[in-house]
Order: sequence, then structure tokens, then C-alpha cells
Amino acid sequence: MFKRFLWLEWKSFFRSASVGKSIGLKVLLIFLALYFSVAFLVLGIGLYPLLQKAFPDQDPLQLVNRFVLLWLVFELGFRFMLQTLPVLDIKPLLNLPIARRKAVNFVLIKSMYSFFNFLPLFVIIPFGIFCIYKGDYGTWNLIGWMVAMIAIIQCVNFLNFIIKKKFTDNLKALIPVIFTVVVLGALEYFEIFETSFWFGRMLDFLVLNPYLAIAPIILAIALYKWNQLNLESKFYLDAGLKEEQKDADTKDFGWTKKFGALAPFLQQDLKLIWRNKRPKTTIYMSLILLGYGLFIYPSDMYQHPAMYVFVGIFMTGIFMINFGQFVPSWDASYYPMIMSQNIPMKDYLSSKAMLISLSVIILAILTTPYIYFGWNILLINMVAALYNIGVNVPILLYSGSFNKKRIDLDKSPFMNYQGTGAAQWIVGIPLMFLPILIFWLLDFFIGFEAGLIGLSALGILGLLLRANLMKYIAGVYRKRKYAMINGFKQTGE
Amino acid sequence: MITATNLSKIYGGTKVLNIDHLDIPAGQSFGLVGNNGAGKTTFFSLLLDLIQPTTGNIFNNEITVSQSEDWKPFTTSFIDESFLIGYLTPEEYFYFVGELRGANKADIDAFLANFEDFFHGEIIGRRKYLRDLSKGNQKKVGIVAALIGNPKVVILDEPFANLDPTTQIRLKKIIKELTENRETTVLISSHDLIHVTEVCERIVVLDKGEQVKDIKTSEATLSELESYFSGEVGATKAEEL
Repeated sequence: MFKRFLWLEWKSFFRSASVGKSIGLKVLLIFLALYFSVAFLVLGIGLYPLLQKAFPDQDPLQLVNRFVLLWLVFELGFRFMLQTLPVLDIKPLLNLPIARRKAVNFVLIKSMYSFFNFLPLFVIIPFGIFCIYKGDYGTWNLIGWMVAMIAIIQCVNFLNFIIKKKFTDNLKALIPVIFTVVVLGALEYFEIFETSFWFGRMLDFLVLNPYLAIAPIILAIALYKWNQLNLESKFYLDAGLKEEQKDADTKDFGWTKKFGALAPFLQQDLKLIWRNKRPKTTIYMSLILLGYGLFIYPSDMYQHPAMYVFVGIFMTGIFMINFGQFVPSWDASYYPMIMSQNIPMKDYLSSKAMLISLSVIILAILTTPYIYFGWNILLINMVAALYNIGVNVPILLYSGSFNKKRIDLDKSPFMNYQGTGAAQWIVGIPLMFLPILIFWLLDFFIGFEAGLIGLSALGILGLLLRANLMKYIAGVYRKRKYAMINGFKQTGE
Repeated sequence: MITATNLSKIYGGTKVLNIDHLDIPAGQSFGLVGNNGAGKTTFFSLLLDLIQPTTGNIFNNEITVSQSEDWKPFTTSFIDESFLIGYLTPEEYFYFVGELRGANKADIDAFLANFEDFFHGEIIGRRKYLRDLSKGNQKKVGIVAALIGNPKVVILDEPFANLDPTTQIRLKKIIKELTENRETTVLISSHDLIHVTEVCERIVVLDKGEQVKDIKTSEATLSELESYFSGEVGATKAEEL
């Protein structure tokens, strides 16, 4: 049965509309994976001697154990943002004689082979071997430790899985957990109760009694079971529908009337964002990431203004990037209608540009309190916003003309992380780094003001040329129209 | 009103549509009949410029559809549920289409009042998104939306499929009224020979992309079509034997 599922996945990957793009990104991801593997391997090999040198009077293994918990928390955070969970389109399987449990097991076991689970092994195994040869622990003790660590990594994997599957519908249920983590973090920070220390002590104890490695294994199995039960309970067509029985939201965004001919489209897009889970999360993301500046501005590490340009572009443009890169895929499910209704392509695109520009303006206004950290930060943020509106909006819309991958807005979120993952973040890189490069060059050779003026000038130039650019982009969209319509018809990853 | 010349569409070496010349005068109610794979939806998709013709052109009111968007203001269509916006309520969808076609809310409300019968109380004011409606009700919404804004050309692909008998009868009445004053050209495809002979004054039969019959509807049309399609079935059976 597993072979058959793999066969299905293989077919769906190579027969999808975006196979070229997917392969290109896969290659890029493989390079990144190799890079991180090597980096971790170097860390794994170097860790023991380094620790011995830096802290000669302490045992390296105990030192490492004390940081394990911290690492796990970070890892969970990274996984939550980056790890794409295995996807299996269950609808066609429901009426076939396939046991529910088998399909669920396939998805769960596949997740065990995620790259994220292998990465820590590059540190754990070399470090463990060093400890066996150089430290004064027995072989069995360290094997116990390694097994326990691998089991803990799998625990994190399944924990991430359950959080994504069970709680993304109902984030409120996670509040107590987050609260606990924050409290423990605070206690740790103020050195009142150091959880990571006690966690480390537990691991030390485990090293002395290697048979205890069974405990994390049991925990991993328990989490696996929890996931299994959770997924099985969702293995129904209507699993995602239960809560949708409530009345439709009929907010009509009347204030958009001010935008004249574009008003109906703007209203449309706002409804799109407001009523569908996938685009709605982009709003929450944007608001959360507004706090990014708080991490950067007070820190001494990032004092260079080019870094502030990055932060400015990022904070004012996060919605632009998250929403804009999927234009026009958001409208995929009714794209033939958009193409045959009385909608000129230019108006359609202009309304998207308008919506994104508005988001940049709103986010720019929301960043104004950062003036607390200095006038130049406010200036940089405003210039970044101008640059986003003038230059990045047309770039994003242009790159959107290559989209032919469908986004299913009304598909239940169960097993659906269509098109998200590390790949999407990589696409955003040119948008962010081009302005930084321009600013950095001008700042380096002429001065801070020149950098600002340069970026603003580009932004204003983009705005002046907006009409012509939109005309050109509309032409590109018209040319790609047939490929888009055809691509959007295809469902699945 | 609509002219197709030398029109063909080839998918991977297979000709799925091949029409030398087809002329549909303004105000005609035109029916397209054929088995699966005959090319009905392909023809409509070409007419709406959703796919590109391999050869030839389609002119809608003398506008080449693949080169200009100017046919859009007077042409409406409902092909399948990809013409519906799932996260809107039916009312919002009607208002949206109305705004695209220069009709305000009040116009649309007045317009919708004519369709109370057709909707059978299952569409308006139910506070449900289109995606949560049944297939049949979605179809009703799509068809009515295609009638908004006094279009000159209305294209409906399989409008009778998925509808309950009462609605089918009401739809026939609506289509007849639409073509009564001979200002609107209506193009319909159907698998149901009875319905299509009832509402269309001209019927073209497609078979594997070729135009095999062009009939002006009369009393005898239904039996002619029935004997054609049963004959076709008989012929293929004979060949197989």
C-alpha cells in the first residue's frame, strides 16, 4: 500500500502544472540542505574540542545537555514556520477500499523522514562518538543518549505535526501552552527557575542510566498515536465544514466606493482576504511581523543602516510579499470567469496594485512608533515604503504572470499547505536584497542621505511610470492567459 | 453576430474541433448537440477566448475574440462552476456582476425579483456562500448572473444538466422569453434533445469536432435527431461486430 501512495505522489509531482518551477526550487532547496548539512556536520565534529578548550573545567556533554531544551524550542519554532507537512489528497481515497489508518500512517511515517529530522543527527552522532572516545562515559551510556536524542527529535516532529493539524483551526487552544512557555522562558531569563538546567540534569541522569532512553521513545510513540487519532477523526469530507454552518459574513466594505472604477475589484479582494483562511493568515502574519523592528533596533549587532533598510522593506512590505506573490493564483478557482467577464485586464491588475499599495501605506503608518529609536529609522521606513510601492509592486505583479499554480481557497485546511514552505521565502529574496544593495552602494560611496534619495527616486520613478508598467504587465498577463487558465484547472500540489 | 471561419483546435495531434464556416445571425437561439468529446465546450471556450485556436478565428460582432477584449461588454456566459466566486453570497455575486455590467444595486434587486420562481426560495436571503450551495443551486446562480446587464450574446454550456425538473421547465421559459424580441443571441449546448429542440430555432450537431448536421428546428427535428443519434450508436455497434 505504501508503494502505491508513493507512486501516486510521484505522478502528482511530475504531472502537475508547475513541475518546472517545482524542480527548480527543489534543486535550490537541495543546495540549501547540503549547505546546512555540512555546517551542522562541522559543528558536530568541532563541538567537543571547542567546548573542551573554552570550558576546560566542565564536562562537554553536560554543557550540551543544558542547551538541548533551548535548541528544541527554537527547532519547534523553525519547523512551525518552514516545515511542509506531507500532503495526501484524501478525497479520491475515501470511497476506495483503503483503510483509513493506512493512509494516515503513510502521512505520519513520511514526516519522520523529513530533512528537519536528519539535520540534528549531523551534530548528535559525531558529538556522541567524540564523547565515547574522549570522555569518560561508557559506550552504552552514549548510545542511550543518542537514541534518546533521536527520539526527542521525532517528538518535536510529531509535536509540530499535531500543532499544525489540530490547532491551526483553533489557535486559542494553544494560548495556555504559549503562556506556559513564556512563563518558563521568563523564569529562565531572570534566573529564578532554570528549566533548561533541570532538563539538562535529566539528560545527565539518562546518560548514567542508558536504559531510560525508552522514556523519550515512549513519548514519541504516544505523540504518534495522538496524531494518528487526530488525523483519523478528520478523514471525512465534511471535516473542515463543521464550523462553516454559521451565517455568511456579509460585510460589504462600502468605503471602497471612493476608488471609483476599481471599487468593485477592491471590495472583491477584501472579501477574498477576509473570508478565506489562507489569505486571512497573511494579515495576521503582517501584524505579528511588525514587531520585527523590536528585535533589530535596540540591538548593537545590527547598527548598519543597510540592515534598517532590510527591516523597513520587510515590515512595510510583508503583506505585499505574502499576498502579491500569489497574484493571480488567489483567483484561480474562478479565473475563467474573470477572463470572460467584462473586466479589462488592466483594471484587474490595477486593483491588485492598489490593494497592495494600501497595505504598504497602512503598515508604514503602523511602523511610525519606531521613531522612538531615532528619526533616521522613521525616514528609512518611509523611504522603504515608497520603494515598495513604486518598484516592488510592479516587480511582484510581473512575477505573478508566471504563476499557474492553483490555490484552493475553499478547500478544508486539513492536509493543505499548498505552495507554502521554505520555497516561498526564497522567492522573496530578490525583492528584499536589490534595495539593500542599492542603498548600501550609495551609502558606502556617497552617504546616508544619498542612499535614501536614491531609493526614493526609484520609488517615485516607479510611480510615475506606473501606468506604462501596468500596461506592459497587463500585456504579459494576456499572453500568459491560456497557460494560466489551464494551470489553474489542475488541482493538487 | 458570431462567425467562425476555418476554426480548428488540435490537442496533441488530435483534432478536437474543425469548423470550416459557421455563421450565427443576431437574435438566433442556437443549440449545439453532440456526444461527449464532440467539441461543444471547446467551441464555447474558443468563443470566450479561454483557449487559443490552432487555426482560424472567431468573430463576435465582428471583433476577433483572441485579439481584443471589446466583445466582453456585451457577451455573458456560464460554462461551469469555475465561473462562480465561492466565497461570495449569491446576492453579492449578482451585485458584483452587476457592477461589472453597469447595473447598480437597485437595478439588480429589480432584476432578481423576476426570478423568484426560478430560485424557489433557495438562493436569495439564505446567508450562505456560493461554495456551500448544492450543485443545482450553484447552476441557477450562474445562469441568472449570465442574464444580467442586457447582454447581446448569452452562452450557456449544458444549462439543463443538474437541474430539477421544475427548474428545467422554468429555464426553458426564461430562454424563450429572452429570444422573443430577437435582440439576444443565445447559444446553448445540451445532451437533452427534447429541451434543446424546444428552445432553439437552429440546431447544429457536432461529432468528433466536425459539424455533421445543421437543422432549422421544426416538428420533425426531434425524431430526426433521435434517429441520428440512435443510428450512430447502431453503426458503431455494427462496426464493432
